[in-house]
Formats: sequence, structure tokens, C-alpha cells
Amino acid sequence: MPFIEINGKKIEAEAGSMIIEVADCSNIQIPRFCYHKKLSIAASCRMCLVEVERAPKPLPACATPVTEGMKVWTRSPKALLAQKAVMEFLLINHPLDCPICDQGGECELQDLSMGYGQDASRYTEGKRVVKDKNIGSLIATDLTRCIQCTRCVRFGTEVAGIRELGATGRGECLEIGTFIEQSVSSELSGNMIDLCPVGALTSKPYRFTARGWELKQTPSIAPHDCVGSHIYVHTRRNQVMRVVPRENESINEAWVSDRDRFSYEALYHSDRLTQPKIKLKGEWQTVSWQIALEYIANRLSQIGSQHGANAIGALLSPNATLEEGYLLQKWMRGLGSHSIDHRLRQSDFRHQEGAPLFPGLGLPINELEQQSLVLLVGSDIRKEQPIIGLKLRKMALAGGKALVVNPVDVPFNFDIALKSIVCQGNLVLGLAKIAKALLNQSEIHFAKEAAWLASIEPEAVDIQMANLLRASGKKMIVMGALAASHPAFSQIKALTQLISELSGAKVGILTDGSNSAGAWLSGCIPHRLPGGKSVQGEAGFTIAEMFEKALKAYVLVNVEPHLDCIEGAKARRALEQAEFVVAINTFESPSLQKAVDVWLPLAPFSETSGTLVNTEGQWQSFVAVANPFEESRPGWKILRVLGNVCDIPDFDYETCEDVLAALRLEIGTPELTVIKPFCVDPIEYLANTDEIIRIAPIPLYASDGLVRRAPALQQTKDAGFRGLQINRTLATRLNLVGEAVRVQCEDCVMQLPLLIDEQMPDNTAMIFSGLEDTVSLGGPYSVLKLENI
Amino acid sequence: MTVILSLKAKQSIDAWLLKYPIDQKQSCVIHALKVLQDENGGWLTEGAIEAVAAYLAMPKIAVYEVATFYSMFELQPIGKHKISVCTNIACLLNNGDKIVQHLKKRLNIEWGETTQDGCFTLKEVECLAACDGAPAMQIGQIYYENLTPERIDDILATLEPKEIKDGK
Amino acid sequence: MANEICFRTLHLDTSWSLEAYQSVGGYSVWKKIFTDNITPASIIDELKLSSLRGRGGAGFPTGLKWSFISRGAPGQKYIVCNSDEGEPGTFKDRDILRFNPHQIIEGIAIAAYVMGASIGYHYVRGEFFEGFERIENALLEARKLGLIGKNILGSGFDFELHNVSGAGAYICGEETALMESIEGKKGFPRFKPPFPANYGVYGRPTNINNTETFASVPVILQHGGKWFLELGKPNNGGCKIFSVSGHVNAPGNYEIPLGTPFAKLLEMAGGMKGGRKLKAVIPGGSSAPVLTAHQMLDLTMDYDAISQAGSMLGSGAVIIMDETTCMVKVLLRIAHFYAEESCGQCTPCREGTGWMFRILQRIEAGKGSLKDLDQVLEIANGISGRTICALGDAAAMPVQSFLKHFRDEFESYINHQQCLAQTI
Repeated sequence: MPFIEINGKKIEAEAGSMIIEVADCSNIQIPRFCYHKKLSIAASCRMCLVEVERAPKPLPACATPVTEGMKVWTRSPKALLAQKAVMEFLLINHPLDCPICDQGGECELQDLSMGYGQDASRYTEGKRVVKDKNIGSLIATDLTRCIQCTRCVRFGTEVAGIRELGATGRGECLEIGTFIEQSVSSELSGNMIDLCPVGALTSKPYRFTARGWELKQTPSIAPHDCVGSHIYVHTRRNQVMRVVPRENESINEAWVSDRDRFSYEALYHSDRLTQPKIKLKGEWQTVSWQIALEYIANRLSQIGSQHGANAIGALLSPNATLEEGYLLQKWMRGLGSHSIDHRLRQSDFRHQEGAPLFPGLGLPINELEQQSLVLLVGSDIRKEQPIIGLKLRKMALAGGKALVVNPVDVPFNFDIALKSIVCQGNLVLGLAKIAKALLNQSEIHFAKEAAWLASIEPEAVDIQMANLLRASGKKMIVMGALAASHPAFSQIKALTQLISELSGAKVGILTDGSNSAGAWLSGCIPHRLPGGKSVQGEAGFTIAEMFEKALKAYVLVNVEPHLDCIEGAKARRALEQAEFVVAINTFESPSLQKAVDVWLPLAPFSETSGTLVNTEGQWQSFVAVANPFEESRPGWKILRVLGNVCDIPDFDYETCEDVLAALRLEIGTPELTVIKPFCVDPIEYLANTDEIIRIAPIPLYASDGLVRRAPALQQTKDAGFRGLQINRTLATRLNLVGEAVRVQCEDCVMQLPLLIDEQMPDNTAMIFSGLEDTVSLGGPYSVLKLENI
Repeated sequence: MTVILSLKAKQSIDAWLLKYPIDQKQSCVIHALKVLQDENGGWLTEGAIEAVAAYLAMPKIAVYEVATFYSMFELQPIGKHKISVCTNIACLLNNGDKIVQHLKKRLNIEWGETTQDGCFTLKEVECLAACDGAPAMQIGQIYYENLTPERIDDILATLEPKEIKDGK
Repeated sequence: MANEICFRTLHLDTSWSLEAYQSVGGYSVWKKIFTDNITPASIIDELKLSSLRGRGGAGFPTGLKWSFISRGAPGQKYIVCNSDEGEPGTFKDRDILRFNPHQIIEGIAIAAYVMGASIGYHYVRGEFFEGFERIENALLEARKLGLIGKNILGSGFDFELHNVSGAGAYICGEETALMESIEGKKGFPRFKPPFPANYGVYGRPTNINNTETFASVPVILQHGGKWFLELGKPNNGGCKIFSVSGHVNAPGNYEIPLGTPFAKLLEMAGGMKGGRKLKAVIPGGSSAPVLTAHQMLDLTMDYDAISQAGSMLGSGAVIIMDETTCMVKVLLRIAHFYAEESCGQCTPCREGTGWMFRILQRIEAGKGSLKDLDQVLEIANGISGRTICALGDAAAMPVQSFLKHFRDEFESYINHQQCLAQTI
């Protein structure tokens, strides 16, 4: 490793690194604008010019590789002269409007101009004015302030993988923009706000609400997906003002998804519950906590003694904390019911007995990018797990192969080596063909499976996938939300396991919410206690059974079942027929008023401490960043008192940490027999029919109650309802001609706008779910009838 | 609305694409934009940019960047004949400003404007590399050099629509 | 001794045709390479001996440049010809393209052979429709005779030359911007290193030369490096085309030996228009520092002499200004050019060129102050040496030199709100 000298200080440098990297590691400040360690080198702002021995001109520190014995001066007269000249150039056309600029106080240009700028401008000509562009609801533009560093453009091209912003024109007229007022659609777009060194790109929801120096910064964990991105929550006077990424190289690097960044806007939504409420004789009454909790205890005890504890079931959001989950199941089990579930968007629970301790990726997130092959099964990864999408993109850019088996041809922001788009959502058939291709090449015998797959004919793409699977080194099969919600999810798991055995690929799954793993660990499943211990005696009901059996009482923890559960209509009907429904929720859902009997105001992630377990199994604890809003309370406290009022023993936790410690103790060292999900039954779905099957993804910004109420996210294209998407072949076959179609699913009929979409396979119709508009339409992969109106 | 590429345009682009490695289709963007600009009477619509992006599998913004960078692309409607007048040093030294004055007066337009009949657009350009024939201008593909007011009148007369000439 | 290198067909009818070119010995070198098995090393030696220097403006020794890429190096390599002529005052390549296209092709082909490149690009500025067509037709003729294409002249050597064009951007004359343009991007110059010899078109090793440089090669190899060197003077070998424009009676291209006295060139160009007095000369295109009449009349036209006088030979564009020339107006026009043609990528050039132009515009409008002169000079100094490509320096040098030699005139203009030299 070469030794170099910066400002007389001898430093051992990584060979091939740039002067600026070495300086950064040694805490030597070099001013810069276009350079960013996560982006390619532009070397265009020229702010980092430094003096290098024997170089006739100052050199950009960001683009000058170190060489043995190199001598660098970052603040010599020659370097300073250059830096000051560049600063003057940057400022001539930059408006001096810091007092009214949202970036004021946290602006890289403002900061550096203090050190390198002059007191007064020598520029007396007219300043450049650039027309602002509307690039969507998340990012505000003030392009007159732009200093053309192109970090935002490079972020889009290199990291997000969608080239939406560009630098158009030339010379003085070079300006950042989109192609003709098109909004930016990347699911990671907000990172450009952080990257922008000036106030040209600012957060539309946050701008003009606070100044950087008024904010208190608290580390936290993002509460929406199984990645568990590290974030900072910025508060002012006990109110959350914004969320920004907290760097963590092994998880989210320097980025955060737009969902994690902008969902905070919903925290003070008008739906927010402020006090416990009880419905008495059809009238809502605001009551004290004590009255509400005692009322619940009485009613549940009444129902328990009348109908048995099996008549009570509890649903927990997969976003709920580990502590909330632990106490919920402890309370429920204390009441005598094992019917606790968090698998809201799953319908096939066969073979749950042999499941591993928790479903997850099975390897550290940052090892994804080192895979040489990833086979994605049933996933619109960018819209399900934006940060995982970014990792897969890195893998593909590094030469890894991405293969896809999907029920709809969704766009990716990285190259897909091979894709198999299945008709009628039939992922089972898609996987069976790959498994068959592997079986055909295999020397290991899987007699039973081979017999079941006898009729399967692999196509060319399946054989190519099989070949790649066999030939690749580090490889992984990753299942997504479209697989987990499939009615034959157990078969999908069985086939991925078969493919894994035949190819040596690992298998992982990306689950809903931020804490599915934690919900499994803490025993929020009907058949297992905390730590994976089996329930003695009969297991409780799964969520599907809970709705089917029409229980007498339901307890909801941060769940809006009509939107969060796989079959919203069925869920709501079950609640409405029940005698008693308790909703411990952050928000009051107008469309659940009929079903719910007690609302308890639950503090969201920002107002409670807790722990989330991400897909790689990391336990990530966080603290409250603000006091609970009005009368709302942290979930662990509510559940702890519910345990007390119901006289459940061992419920004397003083702090959230106590709860966590108790859970850890109970989990101990899990002893668990994992049964690989081999094909224990004949495989279903091995042939396609001529029915029309619905694909029902959850839109990116409909994933949970917080996201659904975040105004800026709701104004984006990824928020919601579009209509019925089918391909032209199907529309022609059914002679669908109008702008809208009559859609029937079982006994529900509705009219939906017809959208022709050539990404749709044959006999497949896509209608988003998780939305008020389509609640009554049944679940994913159901059979639809389509007619003209 | 994305423009549908004409068969002729496709043929021209396809032939030009042969000059580049098959995985470097973007290289053809300048040529493709020229083809569409010529077909559309000298300027590029948004639809044309979208069509080129689609045909060459490029992000639209990347095509738009190119279209706004090179000075021979026009993004606004222009006249039938674009008169590109050089005003650089050699033309300046050879009374180029008189030529400019004459053109502006004769056509009754300023830089960047189009005559009311849509026949001429006047554009100031940088050195055309015809300094030995200064002052010089370019109309379409043709260079006109050693310009004098009289010569300009003659040139314009050959390009003006017939009815206007008759009406004079 | 004039017009014997790049313009050696000029005296013939349809000088651009294959017949005309072959009648002066065209393609004989190309054929001889294969019949006599001439080695790349010996070609480079001849070029080094000839002391041919890059004719595009930088004057880099061609033989040395050609030795950076070795024929045996694996992978795709490219040869690029830079016919993006746009430096104000320069119009030599346009005439080579129009009147002797085959010689360019032969030069490029020889380079391809020397460096083992199977693909070449000839990049013409978008405005040169005629020149583009002449190359296109010449390529057709050459392909027909098997001089270009697969298995050239039965040698087993393949070389395909593609003719491509720009669309109006001076910056694309900068070699890496030109490569970006070939790749279908904006003409943003690349940061160097890496240099084109390592990382050029599509990231592959690339050799790029100016049109006139390539066109000089066949003649050099035909008559030998020593012959060419002796046409000029040591370190300034051969003949070079000078594009003479401005206040002369016979503006035009003059291909003459390097080292020819300026006074002789002026005489060839018909002398001063209207018999007026010479005031100033820009000896190498608009980027080159201006020199006074007094300086010029003692100079010879070659790299070293012009450089010693504080300017540069550049592209060989000699812009002649007589006593009536308003230096403020000329500098304003040059400043306008660079502001217009800055790619906008790096800060000093993007911001500085516009700033200088606006101050000069104000001075020209009679609203300048003497302080402005220091300011504009400081801006030029602030740009100089701090940009990715040479356009920054190119924009700064005219300002620095005009103010060095003609500051009195600028001061007078500011004081009187007008030019006291006779109006031009």
C-alpha cells in the first residue's frame, strides 16, 4: 500500500484509491460538491482541486489516484486560490436567498461558502433563472439554485436504475430536469433530496416546516418492510418533522426507500385515535383507559365462559414490535386461546408444523449482491422490498444473473437474464417445469416427485434456467409476496425446496411488514409458542380458520382487516358478525366502525420503544422519538395492563426492556425440528384451465395503515387503484370493448375501468388489492368473470 | 403522442445502426433524431423523441439530453428554410453585421424568429468553417459564401414561395 | 513548394475521385504495406523521423501517439478521425474532405494497420454535408477495390471505416467529447486519465487524430520521413495548411512548409485588404493568444516560433486584422463563442465563460468601467488550468492576450464608450 503525504502528514493509503478518499479516512477536509462516495466520479464541480507535487495545475482530489510518495496540499495558496475561484463561480448564478431556502442551515454550499467564499459578490450581471419543474409529490424543485453537480442524475442512473432526471441543454443553460414535466417514479427517489448539496431538490412534504437547527435527531428503525432500514427521525417540540436515512453499510447503506422516508406524514392524520372509545348500544363513547380496559376484560371473560376461549382470536400486524407480539400471545394464551396470527396475506398454511424458526432470507442482506444467481419467485421486488431491489440490482451489475418466475411481467431496474411469466398466476406450474428440467438432468432420484411431475414438459426457458442454476456458484431462490399469497403456497415452497435440492441453491423468503420474523419468534402463530416450541395439545386457529369459523370475539393489534388481510370482504364480514371486536390501532378506520366495539389508541413506531427482527434475523431495538399523541399508549403498555386486568399471571413488566428480556429468556436456545417442505401431497395446479385468474398485488403505498394515510405518497403513481389490467388477446377473446368492464368474483360484482396492458399473460387479470375500491372483490388468484357492461 | 416511425425512417436508422456494435444501439441517436427532424419539417416533437427512445431502447431523458445539447436540433416549429448565419470572427471582420442587418430587414424577423409565411427562420450560428468565403451562411445542406446584400436577395428569391415572388 | 501534401490532387479535375487520387500515387503506400510486408514499427519510425505533429491544434508528435497502442494487444481497438472542424478561423479539413477524401481514408487505414484496429470511425461535424458525402462516396469506391473491408487486398487484414456525423457542437472536436458523441451521448469531455489509448470509444483502446494529420501520412510514407522533415524545419517537419482569413485580399488555405515567414504567407494571401496596415494576428485559431503586427512580421510559421512569441500554431488558422479592427468587438465575439460552446459540465467554464461575455458585452455597449478589465482578466485566470478539458484554457487565452497587447484600446473604448479605431 502506497504512502502519501497530505499537508505534511504521512498516510498509508489503499492502492488505487483517490486522494479525496484517503483524506476523508484521515479526517482531512477537502471541499466537494459533485463527489459522493456512493456515486461514480464526475470530477466536474472542481471544488476539490488540490495542489499535488510536480503537477503544473491543481488536480481534482476526487479523480486523482494516489501514487507512492505523492505529496498533496489541500490548503496551500495554490489549492486555496483554485478552490476560492471555483466557489466564486458557483455562487455567481446561485441566488443569495438562503433565508427563504429550505436547505438553509444544512446546505453544503452555504457551509463551504463560509470557508471559501468572499464577503461580497463581484458579479453584477443578471443571474440565471431556471424554471421549476413539477416532478411529483415527493420532491420540490428550485432549479435556479442548482449547481449542476449531477449527483441526482447519477443516483438515478447508477443506484435507482431508472434514468428519469437528466442534464439538458449545455453551457450556462445546462439544467436538471425530466423529459417534459414527467414525474419521477423511482421508489427510492427521496434519496436525491439528501444527495442534493443545495436547495434545488427539497422534500415537498417537509419543506418550510422547520429549520435543521431546530430538530432533534433520534436513531430509529424503519417500520414498513422486512429490511429494517436504519433511519433518523427528526423531531421538533415532540413532533416528527421528517425521516432521513441513517447510514448502515450492511443493510440500507446510505439510502432509504420513499415509503420509509415519507410515511411519517401520516402520524398526525385526522384518523388518529386520541382516546379509548367504546360502542354502547350503537353509540360511541369516549372513555378512560381504565374503563375501556376493564370493559374489555369483562366482555372477553364473558365470551370465554359462554363459548370457550376458542371463540376468541387475535390478529397482529406484521409491523407490530416483538414486545407487542410477545405480550399479545401471552395475554391470549392466558385467556386460553392459541388463535393468534400475523400472517395476514397468506391463505395456505399447510405444512406450517415443519417451518423453520422464522421465515427469512437465510443470509445477511448484504450478501445478496455477492450471489452469482438469484431466482425470484412471485415478486415485484421494487414495489415490495425497495432496498432488496437495490441489492439485486447491484448483484446484476456485478455480473450476477437474475431469473424470474412471475405471474405478471413487471419491470425491473436491472437486467433479467431469463424470465418465465406464468399464465393464470400459476407459479406452481412455472416452478414445476424448472424442477422437471432439473430432475431430467439429475442423478439424484426423487421418485415421488418425479411421478407427480411426469406430465410436465419443460420449455426452453425452463431448461436454460435449470442449466444456469446448476452452473452458478453462490445462488439463491427468493420468494416474494405474490408467492406467499398464493393458495398453493405450500406447493410453491415444496417445489422451491426441490429445486434447491437439485441445484444447491439456498431458499429464502421476503415477508410482509417489518417484523414477520419477530412475530414467529414471539409466538404470534397458532401452533407455536415463543421460540418455536410447539403448542401442547390442539393448535389455535390460523387467520383463515378464524374468519371461516366466525369467532365470537376478535382482538386486532394495528390491523385493518379489510385492507390488510388477504380476503378483505370475508374478514370484515367475520368481524361484523362477531359479538365483540377490540381494535388496538393507531387509526380509526371509518369502514370498520360497524365491526369494532372498542378502539384503543395505539402509539405508532415513533412513540414507543420496541424491537423489530428483520429478514436476516437481526434484532433491532429502537426508542420512542416523541411522547405518545394525546391519550395513545405504546402497545406493550396496553397489552401489559390488559394482562393485568385479566388476571394473567407473570405480567408485571416495568419497561419495554423487561418484556424483551423475558422473551429472550423464554426463547432460550430454540430446539426445533425443521421439516423441509417436500411435496407431501400430489402437486396441484399442474395444468392451466380456461378460467380468468386474478393477480392481486398490494400497491407499494397501500402496504399498511400508516402508508395508506401518508398524503404525499398517496399522490404518486404507486399509491393505488388503476382498474382491471388484461392483455389485448383476452380483451379480444371476450369482446370487451368499453372503457369499463363488469367484473364478477363469486357473488361480488363491480364495474372497473379496463386497461389493456401487454405485460399481462393470457387469461390473467390484474386488479390491485389492499384498497378500499376493491375490498369486496375477494382475494388473490380467485376466478373472475368479465363481461361488457 | 409517440410518433410512429415511417418505413423510410426505420430503414435509414437500421442501415446506420450497422456502423455500431450490436449492443451499442444508443450510438445511433444523433442520426435517428436527424432523420425524424427532417421528416417533420425541420424540428423535433416530443413524440419524435419518445419514438427514438423506444426504437433505440434508451431512456427518454437520454434522448432529450442529446436533442437539447446539439445546436442543429430544433425543439420548436421552424420555417421551411432555416438560414444559419455565421457571425464569428472572419465573418465579423468581413462586414458580416451588414449581412445580418440586411437579412433581418428583408425578412422582417429577429434571431430565432420565423417569417409569417413560415418560409424562413433566422438563426445565428457559430463558425461554419468557411472563413475564406466570409461572410457565410448555410441553408439546408448548402453553404452560401462571400455574401453581399444583393447575393442574399438572389438566394432568397430562389427559395421563396412562388406566389410571394409574383406579388412583388 | 505549396499544396504537395494534403492538397496534392487539387490541381486535377474532380480531384476527389479515386482516379485522381491514384494518379498522384494514392493508395500506393497502402498496397505496398501488404506487398512488401512493411512492419508497423517501421511506419512509426518513419513518422517519428518526419516529426509530424498533430494538426488539430495540440501538436502532439504523431509517431509517438501511434506507438501507444500495440498491434498485438488483444481485444477490439478503434481508430477515429476527427473531422469536427470548428475552431473559428479554421477551414482546412473541410477542403481536404471535399477535395481529397481518399487520402484521409488511406491515412486512417494505415493507422488501423499499425495499431491492429479492425474498426474506424470518421466523425464529421454535422454541418459538413458535402464533406460527409465525399467521404461516403470515396468509401464506396475504396470498398469496391477491396482497399477497405474484409481481407484487404488478400492480406487477411480486416478494416471497416464508418462515416458518422455530429449535430452542431464545437466541443465534440475535443477528442473524448467526440467519443462520447460517437457513443450517442452529449459531448461532455471525459476526465483524463485514462487517456483514449487505454479507454476510448466504448471503453476500448482508441487512436484519434485530426483529418490533416491522417491525410499527411500517406505522402510521408511515400517519400520518407526524412523528406517530409526537410520540407519544414527540425521538430517542425513538413508542410502544413494555413487557413488565412480576415482582412486579406485572397483568403484561403495555403499548404506551405513549416517555418515559412509570416510575411510570405501574408503575401501569398494577397496582402492586406485595401492596402491597410496590419494590426494583429490570431495565428492558430480563436483559442490562440493574439499577437501584434510587430510580433508577427518577424515570425516564421511553425510550432516553436509561434510558441516562443507567446501564442500557438494551433490548427493553423491565421486570422488577419487590420488597423480598423475594433479589438473589443472581436474579443466580445470570441467570448460569445466560448460561452455558447461550453458544454456546461464543469463549473469554471460553465459559469466563467458567460460571465466574461456579459462583462465584455457591457463594455461594448459603452457601460463598462476600467475595473471591469481587471475583473474579466481574473475570471480568465480563474478558469485557466482548472477545467476538465482545454476549452476552459481556450476561452481564457484570448481574454488574457487581448488585454495584454491591447489594453489601451479597451481602456479607450471604456472612456469614450466607443471604438476609436475606424469602424469595421
